[in-house]
Amino acid sequence: MDEVSADRSDQQRFVHVHPFTVRVTHWINAAAIVAMIASGWRIYNASPLFDFRFPASLTLGGWLAGALRWHFAVLWLLTINGLTYLLYSRWSGHFRRDLGPITFRNLIQDLQHALTGKLVHEFGVYNTVQRAAYVGVIIVIVLLVLSGLAVWKPVQLQELAAIMGGYEGARLVHFFAMCFLVAFIVMHIIMVLLVPRSLPPMITGRARRPPPPVQEEKPKPVLPNTEAGDAL
Amino acid sequence: MKPPVKRSSGLDHGLLRRSATQIELVERRLFLKGAFSMGALALLSGCDLSNDETVEQALWTMSRWNDRVQAKLFRRSRLAPEYPESAITEPFPFNAFYDQAKVPRVEPDDYRLELLGLIGDKKPWSLNELYALPQVSQVTRHVCVEGWSAIGKWSGVRFSDFLQRIGADMSARYVGFKCADDYYTSIDMDTALHAQTLLAFTYRDQLLPAQYGFPMKLRMPTKLGFKNPKHIMAIYVTNTYPGGYWEDQGYNWFSGS
Repeated sequence: MDEVSADRSDQQRFVHVHPFTVRVTHWINAAAIVAMIASGWRIYNASPLFDFRFPASLTLGGWLAGALRWHFAVLWLLTINGLTYLLYSRWSGHFRRDLGPITFRNLIQDLQHALTGKLVHEFGVYNTVQRAAYVGVIIVIVLLVLSGLAVWKPVQLQELAAIMGGYEGARLVHFFAMCFLVAFIVMHIIMVLLVPRSLPPMITGRARRPPPPVQEEKPKPVLPNTEAGDAL
Repeated sequence: MKPPVKRSSGLDHGLLRRSATQIELVERRLFLKGAFSMGALALLSGCDLSNDETVEQALWTMSRWNDRVQAKLFRRSRLAPEYPESAITEPFPFNAFYDQAKVPRVEPDDYRLELLGLIGDKKPWSLNELYALPQVSQVTRHVCVEGWSAIGKWSGVRFSDFLQRIGADMSARYVGFKCADDYYTSIDMDTALHAQTLLAFTYRDQLLPAQYGFPMKLRMPTKLGFKNPKHIMAIYVTNTYPGGYWEDQGYNWFSGS
């Protein structure tokens, strides 16, 4: 710790970025989604919709019955955790404050800034591209759960299945929603790799405030890895 | 209908038995180790909790829980959609835990349907006696646990009528089936009494061909294909959970649609 920051109180040094509930539900969701995709791929392999199979090494469950048991067990974790997140976000204002509003103009502007490297990274504030992506992935997961229910219960939930185009339609919806989800995950991880300092706050909840520009006179002791120091 | 037999070594691991917090910790550790790629999938499924007993136990428990949820969701008044005959899938797929060449051949003249368990009149039934009962037809979708589906037409006696006729104890919990190919399965009484549950003798108005289950199969559009037993030799009513060929290996017992 350098002297300057040791003098400042925690509140001055750190910005609160992600609320506790958002962090916990995010990581539970991440684990549940990985298990759902990996077991879902094994289920897909039993009767592929298209002319390919997923590599068995990336799947979960070992065989069809095992994959189904994983899929229908983790389904509960995913759903309960997801409902917790949705209710919390609605009730706490997380949706209103952090994910909205999304206007087309802001979206284009932020996209341009992002592509030209001019985007300002401010902790605790999502840019419009992020907001759109996060709202989008929430909708995709809801769609995955609904289409999954239609595939599971095409008789008992036949109205839901009918909206999806019947049993076979619901299978397609379920598959393509999975594709969107995987695309999101890939992008999400690329973004974290590009801006690694955005990862620690998703775990600890807070990020170090950038030091005020005037304090440049005093030479600071060099820390081996300032970002990791921030994180833990 | 019936899922593939091949059973490779389980890659199951222990996410579920962990508390939410522990999952979070595992996730963190994985992420901090730099497992940012989709390789995280491989890492997760390749960890050495694969054959963990506790995980197995947790998955069985969840499967039993899902049986209960499905029983609650089931409505006897809820009918499966029916289709025009033009929608019938051609050819209707053959599926079993053996090759088509191994399909059992049941001799129609000697055949007697055996009745066991909580049934008032256990007199065995010949095929002609069964054919003489009032018959109904349905064109419904058969959904396989593997994911594919196919539409077919079956006719036979409504199973609830048959259970009534033989004086079955309708307050019992299960109806079990023993088949000529050593297949066995069982269903809940609620589904047994559903109006679309048929003891089917024909497929597309022809006597059931051997590969579709001669002399009879139980046709239930409210359950996955593997729950629809073919080549039925004996029916029994019981309160003791009878399991089934695939169910005992890990497939969900209720498997309702």
